[in-house]
Amino acid sequence: MSKIVDKSYFSPNVVRLEIEAPLIAKSRRAGHFVIVKVGEKGERIPLTIADSNLEKGTITLVVQKMGVSSTKLCSLNIGDEVTDLVGPLGKATHIENFGTVVCAGGGVGVAPLLPIVTALKKAGNRVITVLAARTKELVILEEQMRAFSDEVIVMTDDGSYGRQGLVTTGVESVINREKVDLCVTIGPAVMMKFVSQLTKKYEVPTVASLNTIMVDGTGMCGACRISVGGQTKFVCVDGPEFDAHQVDFDEMIMRLGAYRDEEQVAKK
Amino acid sequence: MEEKGRNEAWRETLRKSMNPKERTAIECVHMNELSGEYRCHNSEEVNQGLTLQQAMQEAKRCLDCANPQCVTGCPVSINIPQFIKHIELGEVLEAAKTLKETSALPAVCGRVCPQEKQCEARCIHLKMNKPAVAIGHLERFAADYERESGQMSVPEIAQPNGIKIAAVGSGPAGLSFAGDMAKLGYDVTVFEALHEIGGVLKYGIPEFRLPNHIVDVEIENLAKMGVKFIKNCIVGKTISFDDLKEDGFRAMFVASGAGLPNFMNIKGENLIGVMSSNEYLTRVNLMGAASDDTDTPVLKGKHVAVIGGGNTAMDSVRTARRLGAERAMIVYRRSEEEMPARLEEVKHAKEEGIDFLTLHNPVEYRGDEKGRVTAMLLQKMELGEPDASGRRKPVEIKGAQEWIDVDEVIVSVGVSPNPLVPSSVDGLEVSSKGTILVSDENMQSSIPTIFAGGDIVRGGATVILAMGDGRKAAAAMHAKILSGEI
Ligand SMILES: Cc1cc2nc3c(=O)[nH]c(=O)nc-3n(C[C@H](O)[C@H](O)[C@H](O)COP(=O)(O)OP(=O)(O)OC[C@H]3O[C@@H](n4cnc5c(N)ncnc54)[C@H](O)[C@@H]3O)c2cc1C
Ligand SMILES: Cc1cc2nc3c(=O)[nH]c(=O)nc-3n(C[C@H](O)[C@H](O)[C@H](O)COP(=O)(O)OP(=O)(O)OC[C@H]3O[C@@H](n4cnc5c(N)ncnc54)[C@H](O)[C@@H]3O)c2cc1C
Ligand code: SF4
Ligand code: SF4
Ligand code: FES
Repeated sequence: MSKIVDKSYFSPNVVRLEIEAPLIAKSRRAGHFVIVKVGEKGERIPLTIADSNLEKGTITLVVQKMGVSSTKLCSLNIGDEVTDLVGPLGKATHIENFGTVVCAGGGVGVAPLLPIVTALKKAGNRVITVLAARTKELVILEEQMRAFSDEVIVMTDDGSYGRQGLVTTGVESVINREKVDLCVTIGPAVMMKFVSQLTKKYEVPTVASLNTIMVDGTGMCGACRISVGGQTKFVCVDGPEFDAHQVDFDEMIMRLGAYRDEEQVAKK
Repeated sequence: MEEKGRNEAWRETLRKSMNPKERTAIECVHMNELSGEYRCHNSEEVNQGLTLQQAMQEAKRCLDCANPQCVTGCPVSINIPQFIKHIELGEVLEAAKTLKETSALPAVCGRVCPQEKQCEARCIHLKMNKPAVAIGHLERFAADYERESGQMSVPEIAQPNGIKIAAVGSGPAGLSFAGDMAKLGYDVTVFEALHEIGGVLKYGIPEFRLPNHIVDVEIENLAKMGVKFIKNCIVGKTISFDDLKEDGFRAMFVASGAGLPNFMNIKGENLIGVMSSNEYLTRVNLMGAASDDTDTPVLKGKHVAVIGGGNTAMDSVRTARRLGAERAMIVYRRSEEEMPARLEEVKHAKEEGIDFLTLHNPVEYRGDEKGRVTAMLLQKMELGEPDASGRRKPVEIKGAQEWIDVDEVIVSVGVSPNPLVPSSVDGLEVSSKGTILVSDENMQSSIPTIFAGGDIVRGGATVILAMGDGRKAAAAMHAKILSGEI
């Protein structure tokens, strides 16, 4: 059991949780994730470690309410225990001073993008963050991103805030204006697919952090498998980050829908 | 050891109380089981166990051979005639004690050992064209009897020696190692990556074959003996081997199993509804996905194909049937004779209405517009020359292919060793297949303080072999610690 020692809201649907996990706090690096299970009958869900505090022996998670399991986690309060917490999992992000990096996040991907933006900035990169949402109310973590970005471009589908347009419009405007050495993208699979197509056209190396369905997170089940360059890879152990230009996003999008019907039922 | 007690007065008297002819004339006992129709709608244990009377009767069949070949067939050399003769006299608790001298998990092995290939394969009865003594059933009986009697013997523990030892993984190898080390007075901690203790016994083998509560009793016993369990802790990730050393662990036993599922790399294998047996069984057994009050979902296909012929395949196909499949089928590229699964599982599967498409091999899957699998293309096979494993090799019959409708496919074509531990320890020697290399006689790896056993050393093997490795490693580690080598 791991105790929640702090909780705050970034927005009504995005919660920051600080949880006791001294061993994980010690061994984790940027890009690592944990698997969390709330309640005896809960589901195991993957969440990126946003930050850690070695002295307090805690890790920070930024959780966006999506369905049943993420909502359960967000409803826990300070002093409550997370039933199961295991990690750090996955391969750490390759962080170095690349030069100029565009970080493109949308929807479910904004939270896990935060630690990467932070680490890239600390490594001396010029970081331009593009945040995308359907409408103004859904823009999250803008302030936190600003703290570690040289510039933040907000894109909304309906133009209610920032610029009007899709995430790709924002990314393209940066590429057209200056030399971009790397693009990092996290978000819904469709979004990453289009970002990847765009940067491929401009030959900007791109890393996508994939949020596939997972069960164990340790390479034991294969639920998280995807095709990269024609080869099957397990996101939990071979990733979660991959060369976006090699990822078969269409297959990934298809696989993400595996339990959609069941999830709809569970929500009711 | 093998002859222990055979010359004792009670054994001799018992032996002479009935002549061998009379003993062999007794009909072999039949396990009481739930009917095929009833059990394929629930997860109740199929085998219901023997009654004391049945067990004592079956025990009479054993001839108490002077040179018991059955013992040589058991990977851990259980003193089989000794425990059976105790049962014949109705001294079941004594029988259980005999079993525990060698086996840490008799209630488990009695249920899941491939007896017909091990102890029972060498029973003298087979030479007389009679069914072997039902050693497995009797083993299970004695272990269950002891547990249910409430008089389970907690083994004697040596004076604590304060030496810290770690086991990595809580499957049968890790558990049996922990038990033996605790008995010797060591301070043992078992680290487990998942949120449940038990390894494959919990997440793999289903309730209808090995109820969880039976495994839990064994785990509770270990806890009573002072073994500590730390769940949700991946050695090599959460803590490193160096951390363990710094924390004062003198030596470690790696029993991390063979966790990585193999796929066949054929067209359509990443369609929705095609998954590994590990995923399927983990969802159902570890996460309880079949019941409505858990959050983890599982697909409940109507036409389910399971690819493979091992125990894992049988467990998956029978699980699919229980989750409501109208047609649940085994697709296996060789013939039934070559199937590696336990005979009893094949028999039970058939009674539950499972279709066996032997000499068939999938070559492609097709899906609908949503990417859900709808059909598989099967290649018909025939048996050719024997291959390296001694089994006749399946070869394709040219042009003989057919499409079959399916809405769920479970791939059960073996596992590879979990690479996590090998890749996180510098200098640990592994084979080309990724198994940890150890010395045969003492299970010690290329790093003197690291021992290993079970599936991480053998690839996919059996519960009894994993358990035997755990015990062997414990004995060897103890000797090396005593001699000051480690
Ligand atoms: C490596 C990794 C790191 C992640 N890090 C974070 C993080 O730091 N913060 C965070 O909030 N989330 C993160 N996620 C996503 C998170 O795991 C999912 O949001 C969560 O599993 C949803 O569970 P649920 O039961 O609440 O929703 P569900 O009921 O499972 O899903 C609700 C809806 O969300 C969609 N959905 C579900 N899972 C995903 C997904 N993985 N990607 C896109 N859409 C999805 C479903 O299609 C469904 O429509 C990460 C995922 C991965 C694989
Ligand atoms: C579905 C199925 C049915 C089977 N049926 C039979 C049968 O009928 N009869 C039979 O004899 N055999 C059967 N087997 C095979 C048998 O279960 C295995 O051979 C046996 O369990 C191997 O034991 P083990 O202790 O080596 O590993 P496992 O039982 O695999 O346990 C390994 C444990 O280590 C944990 N782990 C892995 N890495 C780490 C790490 N880095 N840190 C901490 N923990 C870690 C894993 O999570 C796991 O719990 C079956 C296997 C399966 C999958
Ligand atoms: S442990 Fe297995 S092989 Fe050995 S006697 Fe028991 S059933 Fe037979
Ligand atoms: S070989 Fe058969 S009859 Fe002989 S001791 Fe073993 S079980 Fe008994
Ligand atoms: S989540 Fe099970 S293998 Fe990746």
